[in-house]
Amino acid sequence: MLIFTLVGSIWLEIFLKVGVLRRIKRALLSILPVSVIFLIWDYYAVTQGHWWFDEKQVVGIFGPRGVPLEEFLFFLVVPLASLLTIEAVRSRRPHWKFGDEK
Amino acid sequence: MTYTQLAILSVLLVIITDRYLLKVRLLEKKSYWTAYAIIIFFQLLTNWWLTSRNILSYSEEVIIGWRIASAPVEDLLFGFSMVTLTMSLWIFWGRKGIQRD
Repeated sequence: MLIFTLVGSIWLEIFLKVGVLRRIKRALLSILPVSVIFLIWDYYAVTQGHWWFDEKQVVGIFGPRGVPLEEFLFFLVVPLASLLTIEAVRSRRPHWKFGDEK
Repeated sequence: MTYTQLAILSVLLVIITDRYLLKVRLLEKKSYWTAYAIIIFFQLLTNWWLTSRNILSYSEEVIIGWRIASAPVEDLLFGFSMVTLTMSLWIFWGRKGIQRD
């Protein structure tokens, strides 16, 4: 699923030249605070039993409290894919302004 | 708190953060909704995969019980909050002059 998301969005960087990975500092400043906030939520949910993962269907590397590696990667890959998506829309529709243009 | 309560709270907090703290007003932008339409399609697809194969399971006690493509409706709120906050921060840093291009 993570590979699907990554492959499904990373081509935007290469072919549409959206330049998200090129602007890695801005990307990390946008992704990491979100990763931290949502990991806290995730940990709350896991410890309260809101959701759980099938141990047989993950690669088998676990962080504290049995949260699989995939879950940590999820909070990096999905926000990154969202930035690639919005920049891809911008590259196709340059007249739709965000107010951060040069 | 239940997942339903947390999911609704997160949406409200993200809308307030985008509008009043970051002052990006992403939800008023056509590009944002275009990107979100693309994202929600892929979210439904990947979420369906994860939940229909029980890779990820939810306690019935903490969700309202409405499911879309086998996943709890709360996941859509969770996803909205996560990607909207990320994109809002991206535009915010751009306006601050960080790696504009």
